[in-house]
Amino acid sequence: MKTKHILLSHGAGGREMGRLIEQVFLARYGAGGKPGDDSAVLTLGGGQLAFTTDSFVVAPLFFPGGDIGRLAVAGTVNDLLTAAARPLALSASFILEEGLEIETLMAIAGSMRDTAAECGVAIVTGDTKVVPKGAADQVFITTSGVGEVVRPGVSGAAARPGDRVILTGTVGDHGAAVMLARENLLQGGGLASDVAPLTDLVLTLLAEGIEVHAMRDPTRGGIAASLNEIARQSGVAITIEESRVPVQPGVAAACEALGLDVFQVANEGKMLIFVAPGDAARALEVVRSRRYGQDASLIGEVLPGPPRRVQVRTLLGTTRLLDPPAGELLPRIC
Amino acid sequence: MCLAIPMRIVEMDGVTAVAEVDGVARKVRLDLLPEVVLGDYVLIHAGLAIARVDAAQAEETLSLLRTLAAADEVY
Amino acid sequence: MKFIDEFRDRELVQDLSRRLGRLAAGPATVMEVCGTHTMAAARFGLKSLLPPGVRLISGPGCPVCVTAQADLDAFLALGRTPDTVLATFGDMVRVPGSRTSLERERARGAVVRVVYSPLDAVDLAREQPGKTVVFFGVGFETTMPATAVAIKSAAALNLDNFLVLCVHKTMPAAIRALLAGGELKISGLLLPGHVTTIIGAAAYDFIPRDFGVPGAVAGFEPVDMLLALEAILRQLQEGAARIDNVYPRAVQAQPNPRAAALLDEVFAPSDAEWRGLGVIPGSGVTIREAYARFDARVRFPEVWQELPPAPPSACRCGEVLRGALRPSQCPQFDKSCNPTQPLGPCMVSSEGACAAAYRYERR
Repeated sequence: MKTKHILLSHGAGGREMGRLIEQVFLARYGAGGKPGDDSAVLTLGGGQLAFTTDSFVVAPLFFPGGDIGRLAVAGTVNDLLTAAARPLALSASFILEEGLEIETLMAIAGSMRDTAAECGVAIVTGDTKVVPKGAADQVFITTSGVGEVVRPGVSGAAARPGDRVILTGTVGDHGAAVMLARENLLQGGGLASDVAPLTDLVLTLLAEGIEVHAMRDPTRGGIAASLNEIARQSGVAITIEESRVPVQPGVAAACEALGLDVFQVANEGKMLIFVAPGDAARALEVVRSRRYGQDASLIGEVLPGPPRRVQVRTLLGTTRLLDPPAGELLPRIC
Repeated sequence: MCLAIPMRIVEMDGVTAVAEVDGVARKVRLDLLPEVVLGDYVLIHAGLAIARVDAAQAEETLSLLRTLAAADEVY
Repeated sequence: MKFIDEFRDRELVQDLSRRLGRLAAGPATVMEVCGTHTMAAARFGLKSLLPPGVRLISGPGCPVCVTAQADLDAFLALGRTPDTVLATFGDMVRVPGSRTSLERERARGAVVRVVYSPLDAVDLAREQPGKTVVFFGVGFETTMPATAVAIKSAAALNLDNFLVLCVHKTMPAAIRALLAGGELKISGLLLPGHVTTIIGAAAYDFIPRDFGVPGAVAGFEPVDMLLALEAILRQLQEGAARIDNVYPRAVQAQPNPRAAALLDEVFAPSDAEWRGLGVIPGSGVTIREAYARFDARVRFPEVWQELPPAPPSACRCGEVLRGALRPSQCPQFDKSCNPTQPLGPCMVSSEGACAAAYRYERR
């Protein structure tokens, strides 16, 4: 059964999306700089500019912990940070469905302003389009961002054997909160999205002179997707210690109840940071001292091989492979 | 097809109840378990409580296993 | 105690693993017949805790895997009926039918809603009186009572727009057919603990009695599964065959009487077609006459009549499910069949035998 139409799984951040991007876009646009990185890095005058774009189509628009506006700013800011760039400016384009309440739009715009102010980035330009009722799901937002690279060479392709992997906090918060808010599956109690811009955390780490090789914000597809991306880009193996991956009890319970692998659940306020082994302890200290990094943990390390393999040492001390996710995240009963 | 997790009954109204664990809750049906009371742990599958979790039995199993494990360590 | 972490305790698991090592006296192949056991074994890396020569293999216990093509094709066809909402467990969304899948039909405009409970599907029907909600009743005895409660609930609410396409299957008949088939060479059976909360451990007495095969009713945490393997290895050591209940915190010997009454009220036993295994007598259920107005087969008989015959498929899942073929031995494995483009159910379900082999045996 060959796929001829776009399916939801093409947007899920897993295998299918990777193939779609390769077969449709990269095949025509070329790979640009380092293929696979969230930001492109361009040379401008004597320095480097990071450039990224992202679209936000979340439902519901307002969820515990945040909203589509905060997501749109934080998501693009975090993508710039993965290139070790100081975010400078964002554009914001809106596709609005006819019938959307203007008050809703004002709330979203206000949230974007607040999030941008929090992390010192300016929203400098944008666009607005309206489509007939039914042609869009209330609001779609596309943000593009530019930033000034403060440390060249940080890329998903630059992870090296021996690097330690730092995760800046608990996983699964965003995906679990949004799924529960959107579908009638469970009541999420205190579950809330972790959506946050990590500018202060990342720039402080870099300012402290920590040797960072790679960074990735594990959004759709969770840390499973990001770890596999980096393993593939850098041609290395990564091993993760399950007991060191922080998970909030409510998120763990929701995942158990719905049969979800928390490593595949989206995050919107977390960073995976690959640091040189000698700097790992200090890096962890720095991250833990900054806002949004208090639950940071050293979760694993990079091995020379077998290349592109990501494995998990379970709570029991056994080993299992962590594959890139395939398909959309779906609850199971089996 | 057996994914069922232990959840605690926190509200009951005849055959409908609310079960909760670690802050996550769900309305569930108790049609199969007339003897369940508030505070009991039950296994929830597809919105239905399928069995009461017998805490005493669980404790007994764990106790035995812990004793055996401790004895093993002696060797 | 919340009954999860305690049964994942590392020390207890390591100790059980050591005990298994001392108990094992030669090669043994134990089959589990529940997709949830397959998942748990993979998630916790249980394979590496077993003594050399002791293998845990997957049988046809994944209801997703064993739903007949024709049944799935019919459900998909119903999605093309105007004003129909297809309600399903998430597990079924990517399973390929003969030509398409729920995922693909949704892309073509079919309304597909993933539910956690058949009762949520009843709520959908209540909220949308202009639509007909068809719930795909997949699953074993663990799930059947939920469907029965949903049907009765719809009856009490006098709904005329809630239907069930019932493809529920029963475990004991399938196990009997497998063992009677003679192809299976196994040392013991790991029995599904949650199905057993409904049917009672005594339902499996025929396994040691008629086939001389040891069995243990197991829960789903690592400690539970290792305890069950220990019980089976002990039986082998004794040269005995019986059913050991190693999940006493949830399972009894006798069936749940409320469940038995409910199931008997709503369902009647029938034959059922299992994907890859053919028709197994008495292994399914149909909705009784009294509730026929909730039966999708009764409301839409033409859907089955109009189903085109399934095209020939290279899929060999049937043989894999019967234990007659290892995934790596299938000519399609890792060539025309992989997790992104699965030919059959064993590759779709992320811990179906082929998907699991793809992950662990390929590299």
